[in-house]
Amino acid sequence: MNPFRRSPFVIIAAVLVYIFLYAPIVGLILYSFNASRTNVTFEGFIPAFSERVVMDGSLVKSSPCGPFHWYCDLAKNNDVAEAAGNTLKIAFVATIISTVIGTMSALALQRYNFKMKPFSQLSLYIPIVIPEIVMGIGILTLFSQVFGWANNAFNLVGDARLSLGIATVTVSHIAFMVPFVTLVVQARLQGFDKSYEEAAMDLGANEWTTFRRVTFPMILPGVMSGALLAFTLSLDDFVITFFTNGPGSTTLPIYVYGLLRRIITPQVNALSTVWILVVFLAVMALQILQNREQKPQH
Amino acid sequence: MLQRLRESKSAQGTFLALPTTIWLFVLLIIPLILTLIVSFGKRTPDGGVIYTFTIDNYTRLFGYSTDCPDGQASCFDPLYVNILGRSLSLAFNTTFFVIGLAYPLAYFIARAHPKQRNFYLFMVLIPLWTNFVIRVYAWMMLLRKEGAINIILGWVMNLFNIPFTPLEMLYTPGAVLVGMVYEFLPFMILPIYTSLEKIEPSLYEAAADLGANAVKTFLRVTLPLSMPGVVAGTILVFIPVMGTFIVSDILGGRQVILVGNLIQRQFLDARDPTFGSAASLILMVMTLIVTYFYTRKFGFGEEIVVA
Repeated sequence: MNPFRRSPFVIIAAVLVYIFLYAPIVGLILYSFNASRTNVTFEGFIPAFSERVVMDGSLVKSSPCGPFHWYCDLAKNNDVAEAAGNTLKIAFVATIISTVIGTMSALALQRYNFKMKPFSQLSLYIPIVIPEIVMGIGILTLFSQVFGWANNAFNLVGDARLSLGIATVTVSHIAFMVPFVTLVVQARLQGFDKSYEEAAMDLGANEWTTFRRVTFPMILPGVMSGALLAFTLSLDDFVITFFTNGPGSTTLPIYVYGLLRRIITPQVNALSTVWILVVFLAVMALQILQNREQKPQH
Repeated sequence: MLQRLRESKSAQGTFLALPTTIWLFVLLIIPLILTLIVSFGKRTPDGGVIYTFTIDNYTRLFGYSTDCPDGQASCFDPLYVNILGRSLSLAFNTTFFVIGLAYPLAYFIARAHPKQRNFYLFMVLIPLWTNFVIRVYAWMMLLRKEGAINIILGWVMNLFNIPFTPLEMLYTPGAVLVGMVYEFLPFMILPIYTSLEKIEPSLYEAAADLGANAVKTFLRVTLPLSMPGVVAGTILVFIPVMGTFIVSDILGGRQVILVGNLIQRQFLDARDPTFGSAASLILMVMTLIVTYFYTRKFGFGEEIVVA
C-alpha cells in the first residue's frame, strides 16, 4: 500500500479549501489596480503612463505610475509612513526585550527547580486561554488608573502628563509575546543533548563559557524562530494595540481599521498588497531557518 | 547576594525567571484583578469609577432591568443575555465549520509526499500571517452587493438565462460566520496536521493487513490518533472567536452584536467601564468553563504550542 495515496475526494476537498483561503487575497490584490476611486466596483486597470493624473469623475484615466497609481498614492501618504514607523519601532523593541527575558525564563523552567516555578509556568498559558479583549481592557484599566493617580499625585501638567502612547503599546505587546517565546525555546530545550555541555565542562570550561560557546549556539535557531514569531505577533496585533494606543502611536492594523470605517479607496488594497508581500518574504525566511535547523548538526 | 547566586541552583532559576514572571504578573494578573474590582463598582457620568460593592452590573447583564413598560418596578430584559447566547452559538458554529474544512486539508498535507509537504504548509502560513484586519476587509469586498461573489453569481445565472438580483450578504449573521471561519481556519489546520503527521505509516499497513478497508482505517486509526490536534485547534479557535469584535464590526455592521462589541462599546462609546468589566469577566468565565469541560473530556494537547 502506498502511504501517500489519497482518495480523490480528499484532493478535491483540499483544492476547494485552498481556493477558499486564497480567493479573498487574490481579489484584494486585483482591486489594488482598480481604476475606480470609490473601489465599489472593479472598473478595469488604470491603463496609461502619463505626465499627470487624469480623472474622469471617480475614474482614474491615466497616471504617471500607470496601473500602480494607488501604490504611488500610498508612498505619498504620510499617515501610512508614520503608522508603519510606529509598528516597526514597537515590534523591534518588544521583540528584543521579549526574546531576552523569554529565553531566560525558558532556561529557568527547563533546567532549574525553584519555588515559584509552577506559578511562572502557569502564567505562560494566560494569553492562550483568555480572550485578548479581556487582557486588552484589563491593561487599559491598569494604565488609566495608575496614570490618573500619578498625574494627580505629582501634579503633572502638559507634556509631563502620563498618557497612552508608544511606550504603553510596547510594554503590553511584550506581555503577550513573552509566553510564546518561552514556550518555543522550551520546546527546543526539551530535545537538547546534554552530553555536549558535559563534555565542555569536562574539558575545563566554566558554566558561563559552556553556555556562551556550547548551549547558546545550539539553541540559537530556536531562539531565532521564537524571536521571529514574537516579531510577527507584534506586527499583526490589533486588539491589545487598540486598547493601549494613544495619539501619535497609531500602528498599521489600527490605521487600516480606521480607514474601513470611513472612505475606502484602492489605496487600502495597495497597502494590503505590500503587506502581504512582506509577510510572504518573512514566512519564507522562517521556513528556510527551520529547514536548516531540522538538518543534522554534523 | 552574588555569592548566593553563584552557589544556589534555585536562586539562579529564580533570577532567570524573574523578569518574565514580574512582567506577566503586572500586565496580565493585576489587570484581571483590577477588572474584577471595577466590575463591582459604579460608574460616574464622565466614565469614571466609584469603588464600592454592588452586583448591579452583573444583574443587569443577566437581564434584570428597572426600565420597564407599564410601570413595573423590575422586569426581565433579554438584550444582554441574547448577546451572550449569540456569541456562544457563533463560537460553536465557527468551530464546527472550521473543523470540517481544516480536517481534509490537514489530512491532504499529512499524506502528501514529504518533499511537497513544506510547500503545502507554506500555502497555509501565508493566509495565517496576513493581517487579521486585512482579511476581514477582503471579505467585505467579496460579500458586498457590487462585490465579486454577486458578479460571479450574476454571470453564472445569466449563462442559464435565470433572472438575478444581487444578494444582500454583507451585514448579515452569515457574513460574520464566514468571516470568522476564514479568520481562524489556519489555527485548526496546523495542529491537526501536526498530530496526523506523527502517526506511524506502519499502523495503516497493520490495519490493512488485518482486513480494514479505507473507511474503517480512518475511523478506527486515523481519527482517534488525530484527536489531540482537533482539541488543540478547538481551543485556538473557540477562545478567540468568543472575544473578537472586528469581524462582527466590519461584516455585521449594526446587525450582529457580539459580547466583544458590547465590551468595546462600554469602554469607548458608552463610557461605562464597570459594566464593560463585568461583561469581560463573564466572557472569560464562559470561555474557561467551556475549555475546562472540553479539555477534561479530551485532554490538553501539546499541539497547542506548535501553532
